Amino acid sequence: MLVIENLHATVEGKEILKGVNLAVRAGEVHAIMGPNGSGKSTLAHVLAGNDAYEVTEGRVTFMGQDLLEMPPEERARLGLFMAFQYPVEIPGISNAYFLQAALNEIRKSHGQEELDAMEFQALLQDRMRLVAIDSSFAGRPVNEGFSGGEKKRNEILQMAILEPRLAVLDETDSGLDIDALRIVADGVNRLRSPDRAMIIVTHYQRLLNYIVPDFVHVLFEGMVVRSGGKELALELEAKGYDWVKGLGVESGSGLALAQS
Amino acid sequence: MSESVQSISKTQYLADVAQAAKSPGPKWLLELRKAAAVRLAELEFPNRRQEEWRFTNIAPIVNTSFRSMVERLAIDLRAADIEPFVFREEGWTELVFVNGFYQPSLSRIAAASTNVRCGDLTAAAGSVVEHLDRYGANGNIFTALNSAFLAGGAYVHIPAGQVMEHPIHLVFVSAGRSENTAAYPRTLVIAEPQSQAVLVESHVHLEGNVPYFNNSVTEVVVKENAHVHAYRIVQEGASSYHLSTTKVHQAAASVFKSFAVTLSGKIVRNELSVLLDGEGADCSLQGLYLTGGDQLVDNATAIEHAQPRCTSWIGYKGVLDGRSHGVFTGKIKVRRHAQKTDSKQLNNNLLLSDEAVINTKPLLEIFADDVKCTHGATVGRPPEEVIFYFKSRGISEAMAQGMLTCGFCDALLSQMELEPVRQRLDNVVFERYSPI
Ligand SMILES: Nc1ncnc2c1ncn2[C@@H]1O[C@H](COP(=O)(O)OP(=O)(O)OP(=O)(O)O)[C@@H](O)[C@H]1O
Ligand SMILES: [Mg+2]
Repeated sequence: MLVIENLHATVEGKEILKGVNLAVRAGEVHAIMGPNGSGKSTLAHVLAGNDAYEVTEGRVTFMGQDLLEMPPEERARLGLFMAFQYPVEIPGISNAYFLQAALNEIRKSHGQEELDAMEFQALLQDRMRLVAIDSSFAGRPVNEGFSGGEKKRNEILQMAILEPRLAVLDETDSGLDIDALRIVADGVNRLRSPDRAMIIVTHYQRLLNYIVPDFVHVLFEGMVVRSGGKELALELEAKGYDWVKGLGVESGSGLALAQS
Repeated sequence: MSESVQSISKTQYLADVAQAAKSPGPKWLLELRKAAAVRLAELEFPNRRQEEWRFTNIAPIVNTSFRSMVERLAIDLRAADIEPFVFREEGWTELVFVNGFYQPSLSRIAAASTNVRCGDLTAAAGSVVEHLDRYGANGNIFTALNSAFLAGGAYVHIPAGQVMEHPIHLVFVSAGRSENTAAYPRTLVIAEPQSQAVLVESHVHLEGNVPYFNNSVTEVVVKENAHVHAYRIVQEGASSYHLSTTKVHQAAASVFKSFAVTLSGKIVRNELSVLLDGEGADCSLQGLYLTGGDQLVDNATAIEHAQPRCTSWIGYKGVLDGRSHGVFTGKIKVRRHAQKTDSKQLNNNLLLSDEAVINTKPLLEIFADDVKCTHGATVGRPPEEVIFYFKSRGISEAMAQGMLTCGFCDALLSQMELEPVRQRLDNVVFERYSPI
């Protein structure tokens, strides 16, 4: 579904990604861990198409298409979704209006009929119940005045409505209370299916108890230096990132599984 | 210098004023015109060396020789012609003025149980008209011009203690105008103590592209404890000029709330001045201007705190597109005596094109020491990260801009309590900017 090869990216002239390799197939859940500043969010933003980040080398294919050639809105319409580490506030536009517009743009691009206000309301109410967001949030401006945890949950609500093929969740678990963590994990697990995939960026092994990943990758100084199964997260937790610092890039990290 | 060469436009005005003076009317009207004609002869048109006019180029108005409309045109407007401009809501009184002259056949006065009086200004009682030119008489040449040509207009008199249930809508329609004609809409509103009223003043047109000039004056007297909500909509022709002066006089504990919306007109300048002349008076001036093409829209607001413990709020928003030019001024004067003044102002502008320009400035003159005065202004476009958030959800940049522009306007319109007006303006905004 997604193949990242030798991806280099800079922000304001500084190289952050220094040759990332990663392959994700339909049905898989990948976790990406790594110390602060290692480039996890940069990778997520580059995938989503934020032009504040410049790709200097490498290629990314998504659903058989050249992802880097596509403007961000087309990536989203093709089924890519990033849950932001820091969701943006949009004054003056209600959550419901925003989401209806987004869903209908995506549906239109697939030749599907747009949902009218009634149909959308029904869907919205249903998904808000699933992610346990109070219905009053529908009328509130997107993320404006939301608490940190509410913003994260709102990202999951968006995901639950847009039903992406590939979801990249950037530290969606940070700042969530225990109940919210379970709700978010439930939301993610409900979306798991053989034709969907997820990349979950997290600092905490705890989330991975709820969302059990197929693979865990360690991003360090802009490269995937280790890949493994879910036990790699436990090993990291036990040994800390100092352990990673001493390691070189294990050959085939990130990509190894693509060949199988 | 008084010897300076008179502009051709002024020569024309003075010639027409001599003719206007001859048109019949009650004694007070003749005297008012005469006094104004004297001021008109003495006053000069403003120029850009004056602080208030620094950014506002009205040369096209000053240099055009407009013929003044001294009497009503014999045109036959039908109800259907003005249908788009009126509301026809249950209980509303709607008075229609064509080129400044009252048109009873198009007007509708609600069979109210109240003793509110309203109608043709030239037919108003002496106790009402004695307020004319009291609050704006020493103003600029444009108020003198309006008074010198006064031959029609509207008055609304709300008796003491009267709480009006329904609004009064004054509809000023420009229709049947030939090129380069000037009309003089005029409104006088008196809200007696403890009364409450909602007014709507709209300036609309049935002209295509005829260049015409409307020079409008409104005086509002808000007495002790009275509440006036005033909505003002300017929707003039694409080649037209609209200069307006609104003078508000507030007594103790009175409340004046205004929403001023400018939707069209080639050059529009709305001067709105409030004198808070009694303790504990409160005023709120809000506005929205939507510009495009090569329009010039200037909103000059001024509040004078003359007495202690008054509060004022100025909140204007603008959306500027094309090569249009916006000007906003928020002038606050706090007299020495006006302690405990609380005054805030905010002007937010959304620029939709690189060529649109906004000049925004607060002017504070504070002579009291125990006051709270804040001001702020923003100019710009939505931040990149906001646009990216939309795109990351499948929404194109153009659509994001449209949605954000609607949201920007809606934040102000949603504060309007008068539902039919809010609804109509919502539709205008939606049609103009909505991408959906
Ligand atoms: N817009 C920017 N301008 C300047 N530097 C940036 C910008 N965005 C990211 N960086 C830098 O790039 C590096 C990687 O940042 P990134 O946000 O990708 O890290 P991360 O792995 O997500 O970290 P964290 O775990 O703290 O979220 C950091 O050193 C950061 O300071
Ligand atoms: Mg990050």
